[in-house]
Amino acid sequence: MKRLLTTLSGLGLLALSELALAADVSAVADKFKWLTFVVFGAIIGITMYVTYLAAKRVKSATEFYAAGRSVSGIQNGWAIAGDYLSAASFLGIAGLISLYGYDGFMYSVGWLVAYITVLLVIAEPCRNIGKYTLGDILAFRNNPKAAKTVAAVSTITVSIFYLTAQMVGGGVLVKTLIGIDYEISVIVVGVLMLAYVLFGGMVATTWVQIIKAVLLVTASILLVAFTWAPYGFSLPGFLQGAVDSVNIQGQVTKLIGDAARNMTAQELGQRFLEPGLFLKNPIDQISLGMALVLGTAGMPHILMRFFTVPTAKDARVSVIWAMAIIGGFYVLTLFLGLGSAINVGQAQITAIDKGGNMAGPLLAQFLGGGADSMLGNLFLAFVAAVAFATIVAVVAGLVLASASAMSHDIWVGVVKGEHATQEEEVRAARISSLIVGAVAIVIGIAAKGQNVAHLVALAFAVAASGNLPTVLLTLYWKRCNTGGVVACMIVGAVAAIGLVLVSPNMAYPLQVKAAQEKIVKGADDKLVKLNADLAVAADDSVRAKLAKDIAAQEKARAGAQAAIAKLGDERTSLVGLEKPLFDLKNPGLISIPLGFLAVIVGSLLYRDRRAEDMWDELYVRQNTGIHAETAVAH
Amino acid sequence: MSHPAMNWAAIDSDPRFQELHARKTRFLWSMMAFSIIYYFLLPVGAAYFTDLFKIKLWGPINVGLVFALSEFVVAWSIAWFYARKANAEFDAMSEEINRLAFSIGGSK
Repeated sequence: MKRLLTTLSGLGLLALSELALAADVSAVADKFKWLTFVVFGAIIGITMYVTYLAAKRVKSATEFYAAGRSVSGIQNGWAIAGDYLSAASFLGIAGLISLYGYDGFMYSVGWLVAYITVLLVIAEPCRNIGKYTLGDILAFRNNPKAAKTVAAVSTITVSIFYLTAQMVGGGVLVKTLIGIDYEISVIVVGVLMLAYVLFGGMVATTWVQIIKAVLLVTASILLVAFTWAPYGFSLPGFLQGAVDSVNIQGQVTKLIGDAARNMTAQELGQRFLEPGLFLKNPIDQISLGMALVLGTAGMPHILMRFFTVPTAKDARVSVIWAMAIIGGFYVLTLFLGLGSAINVGQAQITAIDKGGNMAGPLLAQFLGGGADSMLGNLFLAFVAAVAFATIVAVVAGLVLASASAMSHDIWVGVVKGEHATQEEEVRAARISSLIVGAVAIVIGIAAKGQNVAHLVALAFAVAASGNLPTVLLTLYWKRCNTGGVVACMIVGAVAAIGLVLVSPNMAYPLQVKAAQEKIVKGADDKLVKLNADLAVAADDSVRAKLAKDIAAQEKARAGAQAAIAKLGDERTSLVGLEKPLFDLKNPGLISIPLGFLAVIVGSLLYRDRRAEDMWDELYVRQNTGIHAETAVAH
Repeated sequence: MSHPAMNWAAIDSDPRFQELHARKTRFLWSMMAFSIIYYFLLPVGAAYFTDLFKIKLWGPINVGLVFALSEFVVAWSIAWFYARKANAEFDAMSEEINRLAFSIGGSK
């Protein structure tokens, strides 16, 4: 097995270095690529060694799914933080802050508040009555086969949405950072992740998360220390630095347009620290907030983490550690984002990635001494490698959650009627991991070039509308039963997905065409003016500048025309709409209440003796931990 | 793993369990309600009380920044407060019920 792992990691690295030669634009200059590979190799090597150690231990189902329930509270806290600080929050939020200031920071708050729900009403009861999966929690008092089936379908749906976003994000990230092909990036991420899950199960996945979270937090603390030091570690001093920054003032001017005309430079800088530059629709934001606050507690890969600790009290300790780490990290991103805006500048950040995802890595490069310095590139390589490890680790957690749903809930629970030996169950879990992993790679490649950012929000919305109401009411409402659980899972998921399909998230050819035509017209108008200027310009430098502007406008026009041509006669979106049915991008505001309503109505209409009979047992056990699953002795 | 049969209804109606249930319910759900309301004040404030959020308090630090930072402090405080309460109160109560489980609900 050791040999196989070495071969796998070797292959991964070889693929990386071979293809790096065929690189196009990337954040790392060619002459420093080797440095990136050394750092990547070191991190992959460490995680592979951990996987090798873990593989020796993973023989039973409890080891494979729940790391023998012997992870300590603190370790699990770091692992939860690792699961949660995905590339979307690590790179994405720093990027949002660098481009939009205050709104980016405000966006990060909901991701932390989500853990209060987990801490207060979910983590400990689930640890007390659960075994390995979301399905186990729901099957406690509801009809086991029905509950496990809907739970497994929901787990796989949520995980696939989240996974697709991570795979595509990961592929783009690795391509942007070091310039290897998108497809190869996706395959490398997929193969590494499968190595962790297949050989090391939850043991390896947990340790990879811990290693990654420690590296991520260490790197961020160092970057913030370097960013903040010039201001004498004064908060007003640092923020004043942001207000004084020419980059930030310029960015605000760009964002608010005409309104900037009557403002002083100081006012423009200060505007960056005020709300409203990015999040324009408060209803949408509240809708997203609801999905985060309730969805996190329904995320199958997060729920699974509570089965890895010995007792409910350890589950509590782990959420508290996770909250300290995640919250602390988001406070650090305020400094990373603003620091990147001040030192690197939005022009350079968006030149490499429009969404701002490169704000953090580019800040690292700057702090080490810039694009031409050895140290700068070492810093960049380190941050890039951590980002890469982040994606691999998060994907591993998601694959493990879906594989458990397939093997433990569907195969063992429903098909085999709970009759399977340990060996059979572990084998089924490994085969399921392989299937999910292969599906993830295929989807990752198929979704190339698609805008998948909204899939993360959709995953949270489905979890908040389907999983959370069923878990919450199974735990706390006496009348809840199988009818309600099944109804909620179906209604919640269908409502969330259906609403997104008719929302502004989808591509509407007519609207795209209109926007592109506007660009063509704008470019035409500007070209007329530029050509007129060119005709009368005498100075060579002015002529050169005008020629450059003309080239840029012509390029913009050609791009827009190509986009229009590509759409051809298409008029409607994927579901046949010419324009969105309503203006809400996040479905939570509607789908979450629908989900809760479905559990209540479903439970009241359906009669289920078992759910009623089991209530006393469930309620006593979730509160006291009597007969809770115990840790495996080593 | 098989466990001996227990009379769960007897434990459920035991006054000690009822006390734990009452205290936990009161504490947990009021904390939940408070944290959700406090969280949604942030986007609502940013959208509808923008002028208030813009008031500068200390150098460039304005009400909005302080409020956003306070969200972190409040979340951590709730976690700390809950941990203290659970460690001091709920754990002891549930341990006692756990210890007495067989004498209360041992025979069915």
